[in-house]
Amino acid sequence: MEVKKELDCKGLICPEPILYIKKAMGEVESGEIVKMDTTDKGSLSDMSAWARRTGHEIVEQTEEGGTFTFFVKKK
Amino acid sequence: MSEEERIKKFCCIATKGTLDMAYPPLILATTAVAMDMEATIFFTFYGLEILKKDIDLKVAPLGNPAAPKPIPGIPIGVPNIVGVLPGMTAIATMMMKSWMGKANVATIPKLLENCQKFGVRLIGCQMTMDVMGYTKEQFIDGVEIGGAATYIDVAADADINLAF
Repeated sequence: MEVKKELDCKGLICPEPILYIKKAMGEVESGEIVKMDTTDKGSLSDMSAWARRTGHEIVEQTEEGGTFTFFVKKK
Repeated sequence: MSEEERIKKFCCIATKGTLDMAYPPLILATTAVAMDMEATIFFTFYGLEILKKDIDLKVAPLGNPAAPKPIPGIPIGVPNIVGVLPGMTAIATMMMKSWMGKANVATIPKLLENCQKFGVRLIGCQMTMDVMGYTKEQFIDGVEIGGAATYIDVAADADINLAF
């Protein structure tokens, strides 16, 4: 999977990761992937709600040592 | 325009001028924009304090049984009557700023900056500005001024309406 842009949102708390991913969607083209790392536990449900609402797709999601990684494909 | 294409709208009223009550409207409005909605906050009465350039919001320790406990790990709160003593408002404010800082929550000026960057419509209530002696010059850039009809016009088209 080719990642176009990486966002480090570790240590940021609600609602900032959502604001950063929104901003990132404006900086890539349709179909491109943004990788985002977060440590905010709330981002698990918030990211799925955000994706459902905006139509962007979380194509892969992993968790390792308290860091959540989302691969988001712009619609 | 079909329901699918129409951009959803978020609208809320901020009526409180305490530090703790400044967070919810700013956080929710910016999040709404991040979720591809349009967002408007109508500031009225004490809520106008949130818009001031020289912002200095405080936490009211009185009448707040849910106020956090001053000593971490010890579940004893400050008795309500102590809240009337001089300096208690400053102490409660300092404590809240310290918790928010430790949790890495954005400050109110940072949240307002996010609102401006994201194009959240910030409307100050003309009537309460007149009553309470506020001028537009005291507010941060980009604040619109309007009255009840302005709010109702926005609220009538909004999918989410909240009051804080």
